[in-house]
Order: sequence, then C-alpha cells, then structure tokens
Amino acid sequence: MSELKVLLVDDEEELVSTLVERLEYRQIKAEFLLNGAAAIQRMREEKFDVVLLDLKLPGISGIETMRVLKKEHPEVPIILITGHGSLANEEDMPKGAFDYLPKPIDLEILVQKIREAVAVK
Amino acid sequence: MAEHEEKIKLNVENEILPTSVVMPRYRKLKRLSILVTSLVALIPLFIMTFLNYYQDQEAYHAETRYAISRLLSNTQKTLEYAIKERRSALSLIIHERTYEELKSQEGLKTALSNLKESFGGFVDIGLIESNGIQSYYLGPYDLRGKNYEEQDWFKEILVRDVFVSDVFMGHRNIPHFVIAYKHEKPSGDFYVIRTTIDMDLLYRLIYALDLDKNTDAFIINREGLLQTPSLFYGNILDEITISVPEHFRQREVIDEYHENDKWLTSGYVFIEDSPFILVVIKQRENPFFHWFYRRTGLLWFLLLSAGLILLVVIYGSTHTIKRLRELDKRRVKIFHNMEYTNKMATIGRMAAGVAHEINNPLAIINEKAGLLKDLVQHTENCPNGDKFIKLANSITGSVERCSKVTHRLLGFAKRMEDNIEVVDLKSLLEEVVGFQNTEIAHRNLKVNFNFDNNLPTIESDRGQLQQVFLNLINNAFAAVEDGGNIDISISACNDREIAVTVTDNGSGIPEENLQYIFEPFYSTKGQFGTGLGLSITRDIIDKLGGKIDVESEIGKGTSFIVKLPCPCKRVAFQEKI
Repeated sequence: MSELKVLLVDDEEELVSTLVERLEYRQIKAEFLLNGAAAIQRMREEKFDVVLLDLKLPGISGIETMRVLKKEHPEVPIILITGHGSLANEEDMPKGAFDYLPKPIDLEILVQKIREAVAVK
Repeated sequence: MAEHEEKIKLNVENEILPTSVVMPRYRKLKRLSILVTSLVALIPLFIMTFLNYYQDQEAYHAETRYAISRLLSNTQKTLEYAIKERRSALSLIIHERTYEELKSQEGLKTALSNLKESFGGFVDIGLIESNGIQSYYLGPYDLRGKNYEEQDWFKEILVRDVFVSDVFMGHRNIPHFVIAYKHEKPSGDFYVIRTTIDMDLLYRLIYALDLDKNTDAFIINREGLLQTPSLFYGNILDEITISVPEHFRQREVIDEYHENDKWLTSGYVFIEDSPFILVVIKQRENPFFHWFYRRTGLLWFLLLSAGLILLVVIYGSTHTIKRLRELDKRRVKIFHNMEYTNKMATIGRMAAGVAHEINNPLAIINEKAGLLKDLVQHTENCPNGDKFIKLANSITGSVERCSKVTHRLLGFAKRMEDNIEVVDLKSLLEEVVGFQNTEIAHRNLKVNFNFDNNLPTIESDRGQLQQVFLNLINNAFAAVEDGGNIDISISACNDREIAVTVTDNGSGIPEENLQYIFEPFYSTKGQFGTGLGLSITRDIIDKLGGKIDVESEIGKGTSFIVKLPCPCKRVAFQEKI
C-alpha cells in the first residue's frame, strides 16, 4: 500500500500542525493549509488522497471550498471536521462529504475514517 | 451554568405580576362597571318616578285649593245672606212699629209670628230697656225681667245699632246666638229688640255641604271658640287648637301643613257683619302613602324595571369582565410563552456559541497531549515515559469530559427549533437529568430510573419534550427536601401510548388544589412562581397529542404522568387492519 497523502484545511494552525505531526507517526503524509482558497490552489498543483476540511474557514467558507473541490476533483473524498458538535441527523451533513468528525477529534477514529475513505474510493 | 440558568429563570418569572395582585383589579373593575352602568340606567327611572310624585302632589294641591275655595265662597254667600235677611227683617219690625206698639205681649207676638212666617229661624223676641232689664219677652223660656246689663252683647249694642252675637250659653244655658237692634226713642232714651236665632240655621248650612269624612267645615268666632261642632276639633264652644287668622275680607286658603300625623289644607273666610269665621279643613294621610296607594302599578313597574336592569347589568358586567380577564390571561400567557421560547432560543444560541468557541481550544489541547503521547511512545527509553503517558491520558480524559458538556449544550441548542423526529425517551430523560447533575449532587438527591424493556421510540418534538420534562423534573426537585427521591419511569401503557411518570416523595398537593394546578397563574410558590410552568407544560403536551395527569397524596408525594402517542404502534395496528 502506497503512502497516503492527506490535506488538512483549518484556520487553527496549532491544531492542524499538531495533527500533521501525529498523522506522520501513523504513516500518513499530511500537509496543512489555513484557508479554502489556498486549499483549492494546492489541489490543482498536487493530488491528495483525502481532504480534511473544517466547516468554519476565513474567506471562502468550508462548504463553498468543498463545492469547488468536489467539482474539480470529484474522486477525492472529503471528511468534514466541525466545532459544532454532533450533527443530529445524517441529512444535516452537507451533501458530498464522505463523513464528518466533531472537535475535539479522536485521532484513532480519524485515521480509521481516512483509511475507509480511501478504501471506498 | 446551572446558576446562570436559574438567574434567567427568575428574571422571566419576575416580569409577571403575581396572581394576588392581578385578581383584585378585576374585582374592582367589575364593581365599578356594575355601579356606573346601574347608576346610568336607574337614575333616569328614579327621576321620572320622583317627577311623577311631585306632579301628583302639585295636582292634588291645586285640586284641594280649588275645592276649598269654592266651598268657602258658596257657604260664605249663603251664610251672609241668611244673617242679612234676618237683620233686615228685624229692622223692618223696629221701624214699622212704635215703642208703644211693641211694648205689649200682643205686640211682640204679632212681630214674632211675622218674623217666623216670613223668614223662619227666629226662636223668641224680647224688649229690653236701656237699663238692661228685659221688660217684655215672648218665647219658650221664662226670661222676662232678666237683667242683661252685664252681658257682653248688651255692652256691645250700646256703641252700635245692630249687633249679631257669637254663640253663647246665656241665661237659658244652651248654645244660641242673638241679633239685637237698638232704637232711639223720641225722648232720647233707647230700647233694644232682641231675637234668638235657632242654631239649626248654622247647622243646616254645614250639613247641607254634605262633606266626606276627610273634610271638616265649621264656624268659629274671633276668639277661636267653635260655633258649630267640628269633626276634628270638638263641640260647640270648645277652643280650637289652630290659630285664628287676622281679619281679612278675602278668602284665604292655607297650603298643606302637618299636624298630629295629619297633612291638612285649610281655608278661612270672615262672614260680613258677624263675628263668625267659616273654616274648611281637608285632611289626608301621609302624602307619600297616598301617592303610593294611588300609583301601585307605576311602582311595581319601577321595581320590576329596576330589578331587571340590575340583573342585566350584573350579568353583563360579570360576563364582560370575565371575558376581559380571560383575554388578558390568554394574552399574558401567549406573551409569556413567546418570551419564554425566545429566551430559550437565546440561551440555545449562546450555548452553541460558547460550545463552539470552547471546542476549538479543546481540540488543540487534545492534539498536543496526543502528540506528547506519540513522542514518548516513539522515543526509546524515554525517561519518565510512563509518567508522561499517564499525564497525557489525564489531559485527554479531561478534554473528553469537557467535550461531553459542550456536545450536550450543542445538542440542546439545536433542538430549540420545532421539528418532529424520532425520539428515544430513555436517552432524552437521561440527558435532561444530566443537566441537573450539579443540583443533584449539591442537594444529595436520588434520581431513580425505571425503564421497561423494549420500549418503542416515538415521533415527537425533541426540544419541546425536553422543555416538558425539564419543567416536571425541576418541579419535583423543588417539591422534595434535600436528600429526597425522584423516580422516573417509562412504560408502554397500551398499543397507542407510552407513559412517562415523574414521582417525588415531597409533601404532596392538597386535593382541593389539584384541580387548579394546570390553570394559568395558579402558583403556590408565591412571588417566585408565575403559575405558568404547568400551564405551558400542558399546552405543549396537548400540542404533541398527549395528555398529562397528576396524582398526589399529602405527606407521600406527587406523580405527574405524561402519556404520549406512539405512532409506530399505531402504524403497526393500522397495517394489521
């Protein structure tokens, strides 16, 4: 199995930078960006296996970013992360996302989800 | 957070006036409304009645005055004519005959028979010398030789030629009156012809008036002595108690006056050339009773109308004020309900904001601690490695606890909006109780769950149900002492309903109060309660198609039973059909 490449998009640098480090320990190559525009740009340059996207982003919102990414790279699964806690219903989740995770994130679950997303793809 | 919630709750409750202040205002308003309306309706009625009474009295007075005046006038004429006639007859006798002709029994006899034949009413005739001695007399009594010098009428005749006396007893000791005529002799001396007039003349005159029992007519002299018997004032020569008027030629009618419980109208007239005063008195009962008996029909109508008006006014006012109170109540309730929902939504939004803001740093703490663990685990022979792992686990454990709280807050906030969804009552109740953990721990309360197995889920509004059970559980907490027990049970009572029972072991609710507890504004918490909690709770349950019952026993506690419809079962039931 080739090494997975994940793009993390969240404005909380402290969070994403730490997550990148932790994912590296679990053999997942990760890169982080702090806003949606940069993410869209970066995706055009390089292909990632999975995108982790926070719903609340400065500038282009998470939802909008996801819409663009889905349009440009429909094969790349997107996992949403949100500070708004558990979504009560499946239908509350924006259409197109593979899954969502509430903050604070349980890393083991995140890794599992990433692998699931890649497997499905 | 619990403290904060409590503060907000108190705030909500203080904005509504307690029941004890609101109710007297309506009672006052009702009293005022009844008073003003009945006054406006009844005053004209009473004014009309009073006017009728006044007019009735006026008419009575005018009628009486006219009747008395006529009676006086007619009787005066008759009486004056009768006296004048007899005076003229006497004058004729004295001028036609000489002293010598009269100075004999025979002469007097002729004169008396002439008088009796032509006019009647003459009883006797006598000739009295200037010294007062009656020298000749013809009549039924033996009065010849009597001396009249000392009698009043004789003294009176000395100064005038003709004299009509008032009624007196005299020598014969029976009431009578006389007409005397003085005549000068050519020698300068004088003599007097005196006749007694039958009292029948006066009596007949009065009797002829044919008066009713309330009208009295009599004659008095100027000293106020009765000259004819009176119905009200006694017999001949008794003194009357009413004052004698000053001499006045005209008739005079005195308006009504009150004497010895009688209302009297009297009239006087002086009889010319005599000492007589004719008096007519009409008496009647109390004018009010008089009017009362005459106008019984009118009075019945007045009473009936007044009663009817009062009845309508009282009913109308009571009904209107009742409606007004109900409307006010409903308005305040709606307003309060709205405000309550608003406040809950605000709390929800605030909670969501707080939770979101906390979740981000929590996530960072979580990842940093996680990274710490990763570093230790990937470093061989890390000094104090076990301790670092333990510390990091402690941090992530605490983060997990915090995140449970924030997620619960977020879940709560999300459910503030109306939406029907599948609800698991079990987890909902556990969640609601979870909000009260601080109070439970602080007051050492015991909350026991008792859930049936295989409970069906229901379709309902999660947020509204949360509000209902939060309210009931809060009430249960308020009802028990510290260390009290609260039992929460869920059971499927039949195919269509699922029942949630919240039981406390507090002091219980008296039976007479039980029927009121769901009424709006009924509160036993004094100024700390709005009396709306249970009312709103019942409204919500009604809206969700359920019902709420209460059972209570003094000293043992209270149970609130909420029955909610169970659509899954119903669907199953329908499918079977």
